[in-house]
Amino acid sequence: MNTTAPTPAKRGADYFGMPYARLLKRRGSDAQPPELDTSHRTVLYLEDITVSFDGFKALNALTLYIDVGELRCIIGPNGAGKTTMMDVITGKTRPDHGSAWFGQTLDLLAMSEPEIVQAGIGRKFQRPTVFQNHTVFQNLELAMAGDKRVWTILFAKLGALQRERIEKVLETVGLKDQTSLLAGSLSHGQKQWLEIGMLLMQEPKLLLVDEPVAGMTPQETERTAELLLSLAGERSVVVVEHDMDFVRSIAKKVTVLHQGSVLAEGPIDEVQRNPQVVEVYLGE
Amino acid sequence: MSKPLTSQPRRTRGWTVLFAGAAAALALLLGGLPAHADDAASATETEAVSAPAAADLAGILAAFAAADFSTKDQLISQLATLHDPRARPILQALLDGHLETRSSDGKVFIVEEYGDALKLTDPLTSTAAGDGKPDDFERIRSNNALRKTLKVAIAQLELADTDPAVRIAAVKQMRRDIDDSTVASLRAAFGSEQNPKVKHEIAVALALADLAATDVDARLAAVNALDGEAATDVYNALMPLLGDADGKGIETDPKVRAAVIAAVHHINLWRGFYQVLDTLFFGLSLGSVLVLSSIGLAITFGVMGVINMAHGELMMLGAYTAYVVQQLMPNHIGLSIAVAIPAAFLVSGLAGVAIERSIVRFLYGRPLETLLATFGLSLILQQLVRSIFSPLNRSVTTPEWMSGLWQINDLFSLTYNRLYIVIFTLLVFGALLLVMNRTSLGLKVRAVAQNRSMAKAMGVRTERIDALTFGLGSGIAGIAGVALSQLTNVGPNLGQSYIIDSFMVVVFGGVGNLWGTLISGMSLGIINKLLEPYAGAVFAKILVLVFLILFIQRRPKGLFPQKGRAAEGH
Amino acid sequence: MRTSSPLMTLLFGDFGSRVFYALLLAMLIVVPLLNLGVTETSALHLSTYTVTLLGKYLTYALMAVAVDLIWGYCGILSLGHTAFFALGGYAMGMYLMRQIGTRGVYGDPLLPDFMVFLNWKELPWYWLGFNHAAFALLMVLLAPGALAFCFGWLAFRSRVTGVYLSIITQALTYALMLAFFRNEMGFGGNNGLTDFKEILGFDIHLASTRIGLFVASGIALGLGYTACRAIAVSRAGRVVQAIRDAESRTRFIGYRVENYKMWLFTFSAVLSGIAGALYVPQVGIINPGEFGPINSIEVVIWVAVGGRNTLYGPVLGAFVVNFAKTYLTAALPEVWLYALGALFVVVTLFLPQGIVGLVKQLLEKRR
Repeated sequence: MNTTAPTPAKRGADYFGMPYARLLKRRGSDAQPPELDTSHRTVLYLEDITVSFDGFKALNALTLYIDVGELRCIIGPNGAGKTTMMDVITGKTRPDHGSAWFGQTLDLLAMSEPEIVQAGIGRKFQRPTVFQNHTVFQNLELAMAGDKRVWTILFAKLGALQRERIEKVLETVGLKDQTSLLAGSLSHGQKQWLEIGMLLMQEPKLLLVDEPVAGMTPQETERTAELLLSLAGERSVVVVEHDMDFVRSIAKKVTVLHQGSVLAEGPIDEVQRNPQVVEVYLGE
Repeated sequence: MSKPLTSQPRRTRGWTVLFAGAAAALALLLGGLPAHADDAASATETEAVSAPAAADLAGILAAFAAADFSTKDQLISQLATLHDPRARPILQALLDGHLETRSSDGKVFIVEEYGDALKLTDPLTSTAAGDGKPDDFERIRSNNALRKTLKVAIAQLELADTDPAVRIAAVKQMRRDIDDSTVASLRAAFGSEQNPKVKHEIAVALALADLAATDVDARLAAVNALDGEAATDVYNALMPLLGDADGKGIETDPKVRAAVIAAVHHINLWRGFYQVLDTLFFGLSLGSVLVLSSIGLAITFGVMGVINMAHGELMMLGAYTAYVVQQLMPNHIGLSIAVAIPAAFLVSGLAGVAIERSIVRFLYGRPLETLLATFGLSLILQQLVRSIFSPLNRSVTTPEWMSGLWQINDLFSLTYNRLYIVIFTLLVFGALLLVMNRTSLGLKVRAVAQNRSMAKAMGVRTERIDALTFGLGSGIAGIAGVALSQLTNVGPNLGQSYIIDSFMVVVFGGVGNLWGTLISGMSLGIINKLLEPYAGAVFAKILVLVFLILFIQRRPKGLFPQKGRAAEGH
Repeated sequence: MRTSSPLMTLLFGDFGSRVFYALLLAMLIVVPLLNLGVTETSALHLSTYTVTLLGKYLTYALMAVAVDLIWGYCGILSLGHTAFFALGGYAMGMYLMRQIGTRGVYGDPLLPDFMVFLNWKELPWYWLGFNHAAFALLMVLLAPGALAFCFGWLAFRSRVTGVYLSIITQALTYALMLAFFRNEMGFGGNNGLTDFKEILGFDIHLASTRIGLFVASGIALGLGYTACRAIAVSRAGRVVQAIRDAESRTRFIGYRVENYKMWLFTFSAVLSGIAGALYVPQVGIINPGEFGPINSIEVVIWVAVGGRNTLYGPVLGAFVVNFAKTYLTAALPEVWLYALGALFVVVTLFLPQGIVGLVKQLLEKRR
């Protein structure tokens, strides 16, 4: 259990308050991607996060830690706050309260969306969104990690090394034969894999995957499970999923969300026996 | 209609004709009742009292024809002392130059020009006495001195009137040029007057007269009596006492002078207060126009998410509908507006449904394309109107009850057309709220807006709802057009000038929020009018636009954004 | 695919561009020849009026290319691009006004006629420097560029997108129009700037000057087109199209979407400004009407008619629509607005890819 994980040093933030910390980050943001410090073996710290929409608490004092190299499944009924949690981590939604740290040093709440991506958090959306009018190759090329400022990109050329990396990812996600097809013409499953491939191009330290197998055929589901398993280890992977069979096939550790906070956490078998969990989720 | 347009009679007669017409009930609603009822009442009253004093009155009248000016002066004074209710119309007619003698028999009539003919009224019986040719009559002339006597005589008669309102008007009339004779009659009236309001007005008039007194104490008392009065003539009487540019006419006594300064200061405070009220009212009326022109959009854009650039042209259609309706019933101006409102709603609403069915529905989910297609449509509609009605502006006649002022006091008045537009806007807004919140159509519209596929699954015919919603928004644009036709000329470019403003109002208020639209329209109107005195009309508009552009950058979702999950997702 | 040099790919990579360059070059050679080289009595002679008309179309085409760059490639529908066109035009107009010198009606060596008429005694500070062609040229680039940069900086940072952006761009140009209508602004108010005499020392009414302006417009179009194409085929161009197709996805991949939009918008505005600057000496007048919101929307329809997201399509669209406009407003003035309106409706409903898309479809069917 990770509930006793050390709280990261909050340099500056406590002293000057959030706006100043944010200001510092802004100024330095374009220059170089910030360094991730995972010396305590924990990659993500969410502590006491609360988000409310019009009085409705989507997240209620949520606290969650993710280890380096871990594959974590997050389950929970509709409205439990899974998507909102992802939104907070990726900077799309700002919480009313709480803190979110990436490694020891990076305050996610003080970073913009692109900065968070640059720092190494990749997110796969529920519905596959790939660039329909670009080829599979171009999709991966756009997603490639590196300097993404306007001027650099305007004159960017594809080097041999970069080409190699794209080829490698194409192989990993199994889209070698579709390299120069338009992404819009891919099947649903292929789009999902392409999107995972795009995330891999960014060399993320933490992958957030939202319902990856929704709408997939059994074969596609199986391939996706293999893919996700192969991705963990090198990086941390957080999967939000409804499909319990799928969760069982990949998960070592599961977190159950309910009404915006953690209801239970542990190995899948243990969680499944938890009477509270059975009541709110599995019992339905 | 059998009467030619040019021979349109005066108001009261017009209403009498109308009253007799088939549309009596509606005419009552439109304001015909009070005017007519007054006439009828006073007519019967007059007849009842007229008989006994007829001989004297008749004698004086007969003497008028041959009298010279000094004789006429005496005759007027005699008339005034008769205490005959028929005397006043005669004096008034003489003042207006409407008292004429028939050449053939020397009989005196009150006449009214009616086309090429004269309509005669017998002053003795106050009843109509047929028509006559202008050549057969000779006007009883008056000169300036005589007119002054007349005015005083009329005012004195009115001072004795039973209606306090008439008495107040008379005092105010006499205040305009005060001389010894008016002061005398005012003093007399002051003693016998029972009504406190009238008594107060008389006191003010007497104080005004006393301002010129040689006695310092009398002047001081007069100034003190006037302190707290805000009327323009009081202000105009007090100001010269502070001296003009050369220091002439200045009040020499320091005590009186201090009192004058205090009184003027108080008046200025009131003036400032009313000026602010006036600006607010102007702002509200401009805001109402903005709200009217944008609540239709708040439906089509706010609820459905459809950018309808032809919205302005739907308003234009409404305005032209008002014009056409009025052309069809030229003698019933007031009624024509009552007819035009539903007609415009139908015309624009049907046009809206047609637009939705033929163009917009193929472009759902492609807002930029919708914008372009409907813009093209707006060009076509404009040109269509040019082809049919000519490119020239048409003017729609405003009914009498909509023109004029509501004089609340000397410093503050509201123009009726602005007042009505504010009321009308609130009515339309209220009606729209009712439709959206209390009817099954509104429920379905909101359901489709929030979750189309769910609504469809629940058995709502979404396509029909789309068309109806669009029609509703367009119909309201049509109603707005009718209102605009009362304020400006009706022309092919009418809509164009409102489209940008309307969109800004909706976006400023928060898309999808009717209340937001109301508040944003009203506040933009007021801001505009507050800026105008400092910046000028055009620059004020520019400032408001720039403010809006900057505001949208800060809060892209407007003043009252919709929050929550539904608004976050696309 | 990657065998030829990048420059050749850029210039002649697709069929449409090849046709564009060929036609533009042909026009730039043939038109001056037919105007200056053929005697006026000949049937082949091209009148100076026609040359000016074609020159005007070229500036329109440049404007259309600029709008296509942001709309077709980045999905930003600006309904206020004529604001930049007009600003460039006014910068040029101010230069031309200062060149009039003592030849104005009032003969004031410093003040333009309208200022003398308004009883102004001094040249406003913002008119200083415009007697130098180089400064004026700088302003042609800077004025629209700066406005677009500020506007873009504000709008794209706060993520104003889609129709909201379209509406506020329209409000922008509308506000500018109202402002320039005011005499106090010092830009000639209602009448604008006109009665130009010479440009760079050449008499503006001479046929040879007109040819010069025509050629300059052609070259500007060629260069502008090439620059836009260079951007479009670069990786930045792919990023921009990715923004158009899935903005938040692009942001999640780590691109600062607002910066891309802002720079693209600014570049497009500068191109429009250049177009406006070349337009003014050819038509001989610039007035606040050029800011009209409707003009902006008209540009969009040129792009849509030609076929957006192609760059050469909008050039075609600008020529076709404006030729139709010139013809119809003279021959059947009643019909023009109907035709323009119908064009909007038909193109959006039935020809989303414009003429170019239609031709492509027909060609594919043949195969």
